Amino acid sequence: MKHRLSSYLRQLEAESIHIMREVVAEFRNPVMLYSIGKDSAVMLHLAMKAFYPAKPPFPLLHVDTTWKFREMIAFRDREAQRLGVDLMVHTNEQGKREGMSPITHGSALYTDVMKTEALKQAFAAHGFDAAFGGARRDEEKSRAKERVFSFRNAAHNWDPKRQRPELWHLANTKVKPGESMRVFPLSNWTELDVWTYIYLENIPVVPLYFADKRPVVERGGTLIMVDDERLPLDPGETPEMAKVRFRTLGCYPLTGAIRSDATTVPEIIDELIASRHSERQGRVIDHDQTGSMEKKKQEGYF
Amino acid sequence: MPQLSVVGGKKESASDRLAARIAAEEDRGLLRFLTCGSVDDGKSTLIGRLLYDSALVLEDQLLSMERDSKRPNATQGGEIDLSLLVDGLQAEREQGITIDVAYRYFSTPRRKFIVADTPGHVQYTRNMATGASNCDFGVLLVDARQGVLTQTRRHACILSLLGIRKVAVAVNKMDLIDFDQARFEAIAEEFAEFARPLGFELITSIPCSALRGDNVTSPSPHMHWYHGPTLLAHLETVDVSHRVTNAPFRFPVQWVNRPHLDFRGYAGTVASGSIKTGDEVVIHPSGKHVHVARIVTADGDLERAEEGDAVTLTFAEEVDASRGDVIAAAMPETAPSVSDQIAAKVIWFDEEAMLPGRAYTIKCGSQATTATISALKYKLNVDSLDHVAGKTLELNEVGLCNISLARPLVFDPYGDNAETGSFILIDRFTNATVAAGMIEFGLRRATNVQWQELFIDKSARATLKGQKPCVLWFTRLSGSGKSTIANTLEKRLHALGRHTYMLDGDNVRHGLNKDLGFTDADRVENIRRVAEAARLFVDAGLIVMVSFISPFRSERRMARELVGEGEFIEIFVDTPLEVCEARDPKGLYRKARAGLIRNFTGIDSSYEPPEQAELALSTSNTSPEPWSRCWSTSSGVATSSSQNLQALGRAGMAFPGGIFVPGGGDGGVGVDAVDAGMIQHFPVIGEGELVGGLGVTLFRQACEQTPCRGELTFAEQHLGALV
Ligand SMILES: Nc1nc2c(ncn2[C@@H]2O[C@H](COP(=O)(O)OP(=O)(O)OP(=O)(O)O)[C@@H](O)[C@H]2O)c(=O)[nH]1
Ligand SMILES: [Mg+2]
Repeated sequence: MKHRLSSYLRQLEAESIHIMREVVAEFRNPVMLYSIGKDSAVMLHLAMKAFYPAKPPFPLLHVDTTWKFREMIAFRDREAQRLGVDLMVHTNEQGKREGMSPITHGSALYTDVMKTEALKQAFAAHGFDAAFGGARRDEEKSRAKERVFSFRNAAHNWDPKRQRPELWHLANTKVKPGESMRVFPLSNWTELDVWTYIYLENIPVVPLYFADKRPVVERGGTLIMVDDERLPLDPGETPEMAKVRFRTLGCYPLTGAIRSDATTVPEIIDELIASRHSERQGRVIDHDQTGSMEKKKQEGYF
Repeated sequence: MPQLSVVGGKKESASDRLAARIAAEEDRGLLRFLTCGSVDDGKSTLIGRLLYDSALVLEDQLLSMERDSKRPNATQGGEIDLSLLVDGLQAEREQGITIDVAYRYFSTPRRKFIVADTPGHVQYTRNMATGASNCDFGVLLVDARQGVLTQTRRHACILSLLGIRKVAVAVNKMDLIDFDQARFEAIAEEFAEFARPLGFELITSIPCSALRGDNVTSPSPHMHWYHGPTLLAHLETVDVSHRVTNAPFRFPVQWVNRPHLDFRGYAGTVASGSIKTGDEVVIHPSGKHVHVARIVTADGDLERAEEGDAVTLTFAEEVDASRGDVIAAAMPETAPSVSDQIAAKVIWFDEEAMLPGRAYTIKCGSQATTATISALKYKLNVDSLDHVAGKTLELNEVGLCNISLARPLVFDPYGDNAETGSFILIDRFTNATVAAGMIEFGLRRATNVQWQELFIDKSARATLKGQKPCVLWFTRLSGSGKSTIANTLEKRLHALGRHTYMLDGDNVRHGLNKDLGFTDADRVENIRRVAEAARLFVDAGLIVMVSFISPFRSERRMARELVGEGEFIEIFVDTPLEVCEARDPKGLYRKARAGLIRNFTGIDSSYEPPEQAELALSTSNTSPEPWSRCWSTSSGVATSSSQNLQALGRAGMAFPGGIFVPGGGDGGVGVDAVDAGMIQHFPVIGEGELVGGLGVTLFRQACEQTPCRGELTFAEQHLGALV
């Protein structure tokens, strides 16, 4: 069942749709980066609306690091089929051959090879000149600084000190060959807006967002789910079945679970309002050093 | 370990609570505001304070802020530094200043807020304007110790230009002046006096301390003499309801949705007003009247769409509208303006100054075309608000400009409609956004623009002369051989019975352009006049040789766009600087090196080589027939020397049509150059394919006029064939 949107959410929705149409009108070869999480779910839902009755006139691209939760992959394929959209999956094959893993290589190197590099490969292979991403400004303080239309040079670097002015709803969409644009239609959405919208629009999300009994181990204060046999267990370490859920989804060894009883979207929203932690806290990669997100973005991370 | 729990009573379910929250949000209203003012006045600290005192800072963010406050270069000496909550870039934290806008979203029980914390540093004024452009309200900070500064005034001007009608002046750092009432009142008075001509509807002055929290969210215990609201109370209550309530309908077409033959919809966002199915509307600029058949959305068709709605319209009649068209209400009195000349306030954002005469890309809603600043009427002195005369706008300057457009623009004055009255200018080579503009009015209505009808036209004149008129535009450094080649060519053409004319840089500067110097602005004007003169001669049916340094790509492109397709042949006389300087026929390089001449191209003024010249000539091998060494076009290159190929490769020129390497010369060297990696992106083609491979329309057109003469040398043949 669908509910009526508040006028504020309708405003956010219209703004995102406007951004998506602008990209399709101005770029030669856009792509939507689909990361399977809640933000991607909302972004895809908006894309279905923006071009209705046509299908979104661009493919989805999932950069598969091979370490995603299995439920995410299943959900991804189900959604692509349900919506009848064109899904492309790219993996850094060399990284895969070399057995890149967040466990043995450390999160920094792993992220660089399996996400940042992989993304650049996909860009090079398909000649994309614009890519939608589901990032929001309220996620992290360097994201709060980024433009909706965020220019990347030919090496995919973001230069935070020289961003193009972005006034009114006018985007400068010019790029030269090799350069590209990252476009963030959800820039002005907050985590609370996203969940409220998911609820009101009845948008499917990966079940991992809802609390359930799952096998987890506790490491350095973070709960890691044992999603498959690749997660090496320390001697004496045995997975505990706990009622947990995820606030953000990524590669399972890098994503912390939280203990929770929230099994519905309204319950998730209740938790969110009561919570005293920001959502990116569950991501191990953001904590490597202060400013680490900004650094990754400068190097081409989404 | 994070342990989250569900709050609230047991009886009421989570979905009831959510429904109640959504209903409450509906009544709450939204305020978009920004903080601005001079550098270090405490803008970021103020936002940090607002978030902190409203308990909107999350625990992990707090921890990281506390950790960063203790770092060696922290500005508050170990005390918690609230600006770190918003200054999210590494460079900002290191330098203790804000570089780019940060957006924050928060709400109190009374209102929802989107705040843009903007930088005070003058270098980043464009980012302040970015933050301000979508706001309804401005908080202008003033450091109580410093009072109103130039940058405070500049920001006030920009707020006013962008149409923000209400501001709060937060006189900050009151703690550092002992909460002195007299000082506060003096500052408030000074600002009000200055801002009178800016026409704000409301200026509310609030004494505060962002660092200590006085009058931010709760009243100050140190300023009993102040009876006004706290900043937050003011933000929660100030009325910023929209200026125009029943604005005329405007709908810029963003994208044509055509999934199959039975559906043609026009997607866009309603910029103002509203529309119902069955309404009659006008598509501008064509002026066609149609009726709205459906208002399509993925959630079903609507009866009515209003400002801010992103919808898809279909019409009852068969029409051909496209991106850039503006659909408007069918009431002539409220019709948008359509004009190819406009007057607009412009804020300049680029390090490179605005040059009257130079062409930029203008983007206005979904329309894009080429714009040239035809005149700077005045620029604004931000300290005195006086209008001063000037030739250019430098970084951060504001002025009123007349702008001419390659195509008529559909717009409304910015004061009536910010969505359809605003634009940006984009540099056509760097792609930088160089300016933002607010349209004041159209200078003439496009419908009134009528060319004097002429009975004898260009083709009639050309036919009589038996030739195809064109511009041969020679460009490169002084001493590169432009004039020599142009002269030789003209002699040959003359001998062939062609009607020609020569515009030479030096000669024109003695007459038509003798009032111009060598600044960038004058160089642009120099070329503009010559280009216009060349256009007249082409119109007269002549083959015009223009031999000008013309160092900037944008002016050459402007000249190209003045004449018809295929009528402009850009000839790059690719002589390296060292060779030109060694030749120095007029002794100018020696003078320039000695500092006697300034702004000399190649020495202290730049030259931008063409990216796709029709023809590139190399004259570096001293040859009696300079062009005989190398021949190239935008779709191909032919040469007999590897040096020439390498020079072209270095100049970064692309020849997608291929390279032709004739026999003779040092034979086969082209292939060497390719092997050496000098030239990667074009295939080598064989002699037999010359004509087809080069595929130049020019070549074909030219052959129709001038029979190739076998006895000419290879290059002469083709250069001759060109004209
Ligand atoms: N004593 C005192 N210091 C303050 C107050 N507000 C800000 N400061 C200090 O002033 C300095 C500059 O503060 P910021 O908040 O970074 O200033 P800003 O206006 O955001 O600066 P830019 O964004 O770079 O233009 C910091 O050291 C603050 O701690 C105040 O009310 N009283
Ligand atoms: Mg600041």
